[in-house]
Amino acid sequence: MMGDGVEDGTTARAGAPLVVLSGVNKHFGRLHVLVDVDLVVHRGEVVVVIGPSGSGKSTLCRVINRLEPADSGTVTVDGVPVPAEGKALARLRADVGMVFQQFNLFAHKTVLENVTLGPVKARRTRRADAEAEAMRLLERVGVADQAHKLPAQLSGGQQQRVAIARALAMHPKVILFDEPTSALDPEMINEVLDVMVALARDGMTMVVVTHEMGFARRAADRVVFMDGGRIVEQASPEEFFTAPRSDRARDFLSAILTH
Amino acid sequence: MDLIVDNASTYLDGFAVTARLTAYSAVAALAVGLVMAALRIAPLRSLRVVAAAYVEVLRNTPLTLVFFFMVLVAPQFGILPPLGFWTAVACLALYTSAFVAEAVRSGINGVGVGQAEAARSIGLTFGQVLREVVLPQAVRSTVPPLINVLIALTKNTSVAAGFAVVELVGTGRRLSTANAGDPWVLVGVAVCYLVITIPMGLLATSLERRVAFAR
Ligand SMILES: Nc1ncnc2c1ncn2[C@@H]1O[C@H](COP(=O)(O)OP(=O)(O)OP(=O)(O)O)[C@@H](O)[C@H]1O
Ligand SMILES: [Mg+2]
Repeated sequence: MMGDGVEDGTTARAGAPLVVLSGVNKHFGRLHVLVDVDLVVHRGEVVVVIGPSGSGKSTLCRVINRLEPADSGTVTVDGVPVPAEGKALARLRADVGMVFQQFNLFAHKTVLENVTLGPVKARRTRRADAEAEAMRLLERVGVADQAHKLPAQLSGGQQQRVAIARALAMHPKVILFDEPTSALDPEMINEVLDVMVALARDGMTMVVVTHEMGFARRAADRVVFMDGGRIVEQASPEEFFTAPRSDRARDFLSAILTH
Repeated sequence: MDLIVDNASTYLDGFAVTARLTAYSAVAALAVGLVMAALRIAPLRSLRVVAAAYVEVLRNTPLTLVFFFMVLVAPQFGILPPLGFWTAVACLALYTSAFVAEAVRSGINGVGVGQAEAARSIGLTFGQVLREVVLPQAVRSTVPPLINVLIALTKNTSVAAGFAVVELVGTGRRLSTANAGDPWVLVGVAVCYLVITIPMGLLATSLERRVAFAR
């Protein structure tokens, strides 16, 4: 039954459409990286994006907050087309969190300053309020005791949790995760995934590029499989991992499962 | 040696002019260079092109030619006289700003793209991204090469001697004529330059070491 709903992008927990991509194309030179991509992410939904290297997963994330502009098609967030540039684009990005594979914490700022920079500069929150909230968030992701250190003094897992707190501090409508655990040592992966699962439980809308199938099974409402710049298949995690419909998804899954 | 001591006040006058030429040109070059570096990474392509053209043209033109050009062009705008202290400052500042822009730009390029992307992702504007995240990190690796640019500027002020500004080299030429070409005159001139440039070089070296530690 659920499979039928997934066909047109609706899942059990789904609210109203929040992120809508329609007919999105993106080229890098002659390389066609996104091919007529249609995707709807609903409020409160957790969508896991999976696919082989170079299939366009990162680019898909990055066109949503326009770190990469799409060549054609439309991207809307909460009903508003993503502005082309300037202050309007900055305002939209404040509502769309992003967590990177390489953490990208601001190297010259302390952990606390990393989390307060956005609220203070982009939201004009009073510094004292921003710091109080930042400490609450750092508590929530379990790194409050590191608040006054520089990022380089933290482990990868701690840095990534700070990066999640930094995104949360903006009260985003949706958070994009681009392989958030791929740069981590194995023993640190779970501390980050646990934070993400908790976020999902709290109803955060999330787009997560990851090969962590445990996370997909625990937290995802829907799995989107990409190959060659196209969305080849969408299904519930259960359905996708046990009975993928496309050959390409089957090949991909058997390749990563045998590793 | 006596000659240098006897003419100390003449040297001092020349030294003062060279120091002022250096200081004013440095301030102007830093300001213009910083703007040009920012434009070279601006989101608008047209701004990037203009800034790149500015930097490449000035960086690859002999300084003397910049002076000659100013001598011909300046009077037409009626702001600067064809010759003189401020015309020399303008030439030196224009020329040096191109090197400043390059030093700053390479410092900016040394800051990983991920830093700017993270800053854009939390909703900072282009100006905020530069001010809050990119420039503070770029400055650390930019200061040593900038000091080298300023050392070159100090020595380049001597070109102004050929354009009626009596700075150190101009002073040296006059003293030399008055003292039948005694080579000690020029030793005095060289010492005056070293008084400015050697401390700068030492500063650059010590900063370079500190930046290396901070990494
Ligand atoms: N800035 C860029 N310039 C040129 N080509 C790019 C750029 N970014 C990505 N590409 C190319 O576009 C294609 C899709 O890249 P993308 O990073 O979206 O893939 P991906 O699915 O995230 O892969 P991975 O699993 O390796 O992260 C790749 O072939 C990549 O080499
Ligand atoms: Mg990727």
